[in-house]
Amino acid sequence: MAFDYDKWIRPGKLPHIWCPGCGHGIVMKGLIRAMDSLNLKKEETAVVSGIGCASRLPGYIDCCTLHTAHGRAAAFATGVKMAKPEMNVILVGGDGDGTAIGGNHFIHACRRNINMTYIIMNNYIYGMTGGQFSPCTPTGHKASTTPYGNPDPGFDIAKLAIGAGATFVARGTAFHANQIDKLIAEAIQHKGFSVVEILDDCPTTYGRRNKFKSVIEMMNRLKEVAVPVKAAEKMTAEQLQGKVLTGVLYKDDTKPEYTAEYAKVIERAKAAK
Amino acid sequence: MEKTLPKIEIIEKYCKGCHICVEFCPKDVLEMKGFYASVKNLEACIKCMQCELRCPDFAIKVITE
Ligand SMILES: Cc1ncc(C[n+]2csc(CCOP(=O)(O)OP(=O)(O)O)c2C)c(N)n1
Ligand code: SF4
Ligand code: SF4
Ligand code: SF4
Ligand SMILES: [Mg+2]
Repeated sequence: MAFDYDKWIRPGKLPHIWCPGCGHGIVMKGLIRAMDSLNLKKEETAVVSGIGCASRLPGYIDCCTLHTAHGRAAAFATGVKMAKPEMNVILVGGDGDGTAIGGNHFIHACRRNINMTYIIMNNYIYGMTGGQFSPCTPTGHKASTTPYGNPDPGFDIAKLAIGAGATFVARGTAFHANQIDKLIAEAIQHKGFSVVEILDDCPTTYGRRNKFKSVIEMMNRLKEVAVPVKAAEKMTAEQLQGKVLTGVLYKDDTKPEYTAEYAKVIERAKAAK
Repeated sequence: MEKTLPKIEIIEKYCKGCHICVEFCPKDVLEMKGFYASVKNLEACIKCMQCELRCPDFAIKVITE
């Protein structure tokens, strides 16, 4: 049966503003299916973003939402979670928002292991502002600010998250639409800071400049580079050259969660004096 | 047993003509007609839901029983 997305979309908000073929819509649909599969209550769920095309997502979702300042989703979301630890707090945004201006907030949310889920739509570019390079733009690729090729190496968001202390890290792609909801649902259920990177496409400011002839070519590239973690175990380093692992990349259930630890601090403070 | 066909609804108000549903349908059921996606050969549809799943714009629904 057709999935009923309407029940999670604010009335009258579609069509959304994203360009033809932009993967952000595919990710939003995955998030909706995940929230629906977990029977999340709208009044107990907050979707929080910064600024960017990806960060427009909360405006469409019919639950508690916050569209904040560029790079600051993690800071606002932390405030929501600390005030109401019982809420499901989901952060969404782009690679620019999350790893450039918001990079510091991102790593510290990981370090704290606060029980929230961060969905980062990595289209390797600042889409909204016309295609400036981001910390995720691959070396040699073109952006409006690197017309002769980007000299910088790009971040590996998943490794960054693991290194900074996130306790659940997964990666999917906009091509593998069927997997997105499953990864997000598992991330939401994890007790700790969970990061789901979705490799995405921006045909308008990234695709054209980097000689992708169409959205379809960009989707096929995502299909080609993705290797599920299980399959990768049986592959040689040579075979894995140029590939990107997908699926659940890291999970640690042993690390203390921040709101629980903070509640203990409050108890200790009350017992003192 | 006779196979039951789904109803494929394309919401033109939402469709942005990206070609994704057409290209990734495994049975070549869909085509672009002018700007919008359109059903070409419903008989071939295997109700895999790929088109509905992939459409970035909430513009295609595969309605089965
Ligand atoms: C403080 C501040 N600096 C810069 C901007 C301009 N700005 C808006 S969106 C954006 C980048 C967005 O890129 P990303 O997060 O990757 O999202 P995308 O548009 O690619 O989905 C920038 C630099 C801003 N809005 N606020
Ligand atoms: S500019 Fe890029 S990221 Fe922004 S809506 Fe268009 S395709 Fe998507
Ligand atoms: S349900 Fe599958 S076979 Fe039918 S039109 Fe959609 S993609 Fe094609
Ligand atoms: S995938 Fe959706 S928006 Fe793209 S052509 Fe098909 S129906 Fe239209
Ligand atoms: Mg981006």
